[in-house]
Amino acid sequence: MTNALIIRSATISIGGRILVSNLNLVVEPGTAVTIMGPSGSGKSTLIAFIGGHLDRPFHATGRVLVGERDVTELPPERRGIGMLFQDDLLFPHLSVGANLAFGLPASKKDRRVRRAHVAQALEEAELSGFEERDPATLSGGQRARIALMRTLLAAPKALLLDEPFSKLDSELRRDFRRFVFDRATADRLPVLLVTHDPDDAAAANGEILTLGPQVE
Amino acid sequence: MDAALRRIGFQPRGLAPFLPRLRLLHLVGAVVLGVLGAPIAAGLVFTVLPSFGYLPSIGGDRLSLQPWRDLFGTPGFAASLGLTVSTGLAATVLGLVLSFAFCAVVHGRMRERGADGLLAPLLAAPHAAMAIGLAFLMAPSGWLFRITSPWLTGYEVPPDLATVQDQWGAALIIGLLIKELPFLLIVILAALNQIPVDQQMRAGRALGYGQGIVWIKIVAPQVYAQIRLPVFVVLVFSLSVVDMALILAPTNPPPLSVVAFRWFMSPDVTRFLPAAAAATLQLVMVVAAVGLWRLGERGIGWGGLWWTTRGGRGVTGEPGLKLAAAFGMAVLMLGFGSLVALAIWSVAWRWPFPDALPSTWSLHIWSRQIHALAWPFGNTVALAAVTTVLAALLAIVWLEAEDRAGVKRGTAVFHPVYVPLLLPQIAFMFGAQVLVAKIRIDGTFLAVAWAHLLFVFPYVLLALADPWKALDPRYGRSAAALGVSPSATLIRVKLPILLKPILIASAIGFAVSVAQYLPTLFVGGGRVATLTTEAVAIASSGDRRVVGVLAFLQILLPLAVYLAALLIPRIVFANRRGLARR
Repeated sequence: MTNALIIRSATISIGGRILVSNLNLVVEPGTAVTIMGPSGSGKSTLIAFIGGHLDRPFHATGRVLVGERDVTELPPERRGIGMLFQDDLLFPHLSVGANLAFGLPASKKDRRVRRAHVAQALEEAELSGFEERDPATLSGGQRARIALMRTLLAAPKALLLDEPFSKLDSELRRDFRRFVFDRATADRLPVLLVTHDPDDAAAANGEILTLGPQVE
Repeated sequence: MDAALRRIGFQPRGLAPFLPRLRLLHLVGAVVLGVLGAPIAAGLVFTVLPSFGYLPSIGGDRLSLQPWRDLFGTPGFAASLGLTVSTGLAATVLGLVLSFAFCAVVHGRMRERGADGLLAPLLAAPHAAMAIGLAFLMAPSGWLFRITSPWLTGYEVPPDLATVQDQWGAALIIGLLIKELPFLLIVILAALNQIPVDQQMRAGRALGYGQGIVWIKIVAPQVYAQIRLPVFVVLVFSLSVVDMALILAPTNPPPLSVVAFRWFMSPDVTRFLPAAAAATLQLVMVVAAVGLWRLGERGIGWGGLWWTTRGGRGVTGEPGLKLAAAFGMAVLMLGFGSLVALAIWSVAWRWPFPDALPSTWSLHIWSRQIHALAWPFGNTVALAAVTTVLAALLAIVWLEAEDRAGVKRGTAVFHPVYVPLLLPQIAFMFGAQVLVAKIRIDGTFLAVAWAHLLFVFPYVLLALADPWKALDPRYGRSAAALGVSPSATLIRVKLPILLKPILIASAIGFAVSVAQYLPTLFVGGGRVATLTTEAVAIASSGDRRVVGVLAFLQILLPLAVYLAALLIPRIVFANRRGLARR
């Protein structure tokens, strides 16, 4: 099992201002590393760099590896890195079931197998029978769970969490947090969490890294 | 740890996938430049050269100033020029004032979706049809006089008044306003979505300002900054319109654009040279007017800032605003009245003068015209469908290429693709005709479709760009994080979510194509008849009932497409609340 998420000497800057300086990080499978820091400290930029979504004005050096595989030069869709955002981003034109099926790799061809996967994912999210529902009619907590299941159905090798709990209220937040970390541990995924809530960091139960104020 | 220390320069998204994406944008840019830029450049050159006597096909092979002398020596030339400037500026200024006042008074009471549906008939109606409808309404024997005679006016026979084609161009100004006010309202409503109007309104009123004055002092300047491009489009159009002017403007002397048009259409080919001079002058005038307008913007900017910071609460200004809004409403009502007048006349059989409604109704004219109309109708639909589909595809590829190249459309609204909308059509359509004749496609469907595309594409892009850029980029990132390729993301995620704006943009493109008069006539060499060319051709001569059928059909066609664009997403996404609200 060598599918750790590894960041080697990552330096990210924008217009001469350095946001992340020579960061080295290994996230072991089944564990979660938390990155904390004030807004503007480059937390989300780092996540975007790892996921392959960095915007043009940013300049980054360093490598991203998933296990032995160097994914730095790959486009986001070929990195095998799953991502959860602040919003659930369920596609509004697709039903709940179609959103989940969208996550399933095309290599699973048989329709019945695909349907079974979707049904099982819904069951695990305690939303059995929700296939035909419009995502807009679900509660925030339900949508968040579907978003996670969609991400997991794509069978990622690592998971990035960009403050996915921050918009849920405190009770939902605790439940969903446990749901995410239980699933990630069960699938032995390396998880990188960005947050500014110490409770999130505590729940992640792993190394905590604080990005300081930027160095000029 | 060599590997760890090795710093490898790296472009965002990785070098390998990045380069081909940039090339896609370049490719699209090159296609657009070739398709749109070439005919415009050639069109301008082949209009300016003849204005200095150079047009070998009719024996003009030496440069001279004679065409200009002919133009300046034409009786009534100065009056033509004055008429063009005064009607064009008046229509634009009035359009702006009325639309802002209207929004200031009704904003908050009028939800945007309601406005979409309400303004759709006026937006979709081609200019020529609207002008014909307005003439039916305002003429001495028109509907307004019939409704008010004889009990109010005392007329038993149509009075001998020039209510249409009046010498000041008032009918033309009203006609322009009917088309421009809805357009400005729609762009203002779109711009308002970018501004936290409600909070600003609360803050302003808490400081003791009246509602309308908060709108004018705080909201309007922010809105104006966003709608400058449409305002310039309106200005250029008002100064150079031909089809509406042929129906509504005075004839002796007519506006400059009509002078050029008549000479271009003249069987006497030597008239082409002064016509080209008039067209070139039209171009110079538009450039000057745009420059003047920009100076005016600065002046009003300074004055407005002084006025705003002086702190007047402007509560007394409300009645003025309400009056202007009422005028705006009256203009919209005239527009709807014109549409209804066309509909009634198309099914009237006998309608003696002072009666408010026809005494006998009949569909006879419709059935009699079906044969004659089949061919222009088919041409109109085919031209509009082909150009709209092409323009929509081109716009989608363009915007997707921008996304992939990481281009962020900033606040700059001016872009070369909008050039066709910022030039007077009369100033390059003759030249475009010369170009298509040189490559031997003049008078063909292909050439006319190409000419329509010059105007359809910018409007489609203009309508689609904002909603496209407003789409949360994280939808695409989510799809990518699920392992889906960019092209599959485009087809399976972006296009379905953007279905409604794509259809609306297409409906606008369709209406733009249906409305084209000059490009159809010039590039088609008069051989490609559409509903619009037919309607303008018989507008002043023919039987009102026949003209009514033609003009009403001209309106029904784009309106049906527009309604379909509004309805289709509601049917397709009936069970998707997240999209129904969009």
